[in-house]
Amino acid sequence: MRPFDYARAASSADAARLAREGATFIAGGTNLLDLMKLEVMTPSRLVDVSRLDLAEIEATDAGGIRIGAMVRNSDLAADEGVRRNYPVLSRALLAGASGQLRNKATTGGNLLQRTRCYYFYDTAMPCNKREPGSGCRAIGGVNRLHAIFGTSEHCIATHPSDMAVAMRSLDAEVEIENAEGRTRRIDLGAFYRLPGDTPHIETVLEPGDLITAVVLPPPGGDRQTYRKVRDRASYAFALVSVAGVMALKNGRIAHASLAFGGVAPQPWRDEEVEHLLQGEEPSLPLFQRAADALLADASPQEGNAFKAPRLKRTLVAVLSELCGVKA
Amino acid sequence: MNAAGNPTAQTQLAINGRDYRLDADTRTTLLDALRTHLGLTGSKKGCDHGQCGACTVLVNGRRVNSCLTLACMHDGDEIVTIEGLGKPGQLSPLQEAFVRHDGFQCGYCTPGQICSATAMIEEIAAGWPSHVTDDGTGKPQLTVEEISERMSGNLCRCAAYPNIVDAILEAAGGKRA
Ligand SMILES: Cc1cc2nc3c(=O)[nH]c(=O)nc-3n(C[C@H](O)[C@H](O)[C@H](O)COP(=O)(O)OP(=O)(O)OC[C@H]3O[C@@H](n4cnc5c(N)ncnc54)[C@H](O)[C@@H]3O)c2cc1C
Ligand code: SF4
Ligand code: FES
Ligand code: FES
Repeated sequence: MRPFDYARAASSADAARLAREGATFIAGGTNLLDLMKLEVMTPSRLVDVSRLDLAEIEATDAGGIRIGAMVRNSDLAADEGVRRNYPVLSRALLAGASGQLRNKATTGGNLLQRTRCYYFYDTAMPCNKREPGSGCRAIGGVNRLHAIFGTSEHCIATHPSDMAVAMRSLDAEVEIENAEGRTRRIDLGAFYRLPGDTPHIETVLEPGDLITAVVLPPPGGDRQTYRKVRDRASYAFALVSVAGVMALKNGRIAHASLAFGGVAPQPWRDEEVEHLLQGEEPSLPLFQRAADALLADASPQEGNAFKAPRLKRTLVAVLSELCGVKA
Repeated sequence: MNAAGNPTAQTQLAINGRDYRLDADTRTTLLDALRTHLGLTGSKKGCDHGQCGACTVLVNGRRVNSCLTLACMHDGDEIVTIEGLGKPGQLSPLQEAFVRHDGFQCGYCTPGQICSATAMIEEIAAGWPSHVTDDGTGKPQLTVEEISERMSGNLCRCAAYPNIVDAILEAAGGKRA
């Protein structure tokens, strides 16, 4: 690890001031320290935001909730209101990492965790995300974990978060305070950037921007689930995952929002698929059509081609479960 | 600044009920502070990357991986390590259960297993759900499935898992189904 100066922020304004001077935020530290040990990330100044007064889950006037950026993943997953109204979020969090890690991991840090691409982690390898312009070893290399949607010829890495996938299916917005103290909100879908020819730029955050909260509107449906497929039953990143939020009315699908993990550089959503389901009577052939439509845009590599059929089956299973249709 | 010219931080830690003052390189993880600066070598380093759980300690009552957090981030915090849970002759119920059920072979993962399980039992008592808790809002039960899921952050290279689960079940007052 490279040497660094350390300071604890007393307030978000204090954090912003230090960040403007080039410091990097550290919250739970579970991703940043891992990457600093490997010298994949080499900040020379850290500003500790873990004790900022941003650890509340509050009801909003709009009938939703505002989750402070420092709310720990374990507290969010165990929150009564979240378990009752946003079970997809609780389930996604509990499907991620371990009990120990969830006690440290924060809402803001989880959104900003970096990819698990092996080449990104290995400083002896070229990687456009770690070292812009050096090339992408995953393309044509070992790419079992990599993306099948939203990739570019410069990077095919996935975003590894489970929490963010659930949040995307819930139409979350990210609340950001900039270095001047102004607050703005950005839809989670617009928060992440696709790799294009700048895979090292992953979000729309500007230097000094502090995530202060994630805001959820009232849930769009009461039928919710998160299904994660992985190499072992626990404590492994998703190969593919599906977050589903649905409502049925008079035997028809009144609401369907679906987000997909492990398959794209950001929690993936496909409006066309949701549109196809909207207003229809739930049935296996319908679900199959939705799954075909989703995979129509897929561009798999040799090592991750298995993700396409796996994602299809997982989506059909989730839709069947949520609509009570026998798969 | 230390002799090598690198930034340092002063940190006050309450470990196992005793106050410690640490003046160390900012890069010092909580695990390295415990093991190499303060002589508390009960906590083990397996992977140093949050993947094995051997370094699990309790910070303000919660289990965390001490290898993935900086000592200087814990100024004023209360830390309990395996040394604080019990001593020879005065073992904690969980420590006793591990001995009784032979919940180890080499023993390297054991301090982390026991610290982790100590907090995990509290999490179940507090009603925290897990990935395998059926009904998202129900009370979790003390079952083999629940314990295995909740302890998945603690790997055992010797695969003493069945005995570890038995020890935890007994100490927590649960039953093998
Ligand atoms: C062994 C292992 C297994 C894991 N398995 C899973 C898994 O299955 N699923 C999953 O989803 N995750 C998994 N994780 C990842 C884990 O969820 C993340 O490490 C964690 O959520 C990061 O949160 P943090 O608070 O520790 O972030 P930090 O490490 O503190 O920060 C991460 C990044 O976010 C920035 N940052 C933090 N807070 C803010 C803020 N408020 N505003 C602006 N920037 C900020 C930091 O500068 C840093 O760049 C795993 C991690 C490990 C080590
Ligand atoms: S996929 Fe992205 S992160 Fe992985 S090697 Fe290629 S550029 Fe780097
Ligand atoms: S040494 Fe900390 S998790 Fe392995
Ligand atoms: S007893 Fe040897 S690693 Fe667990």
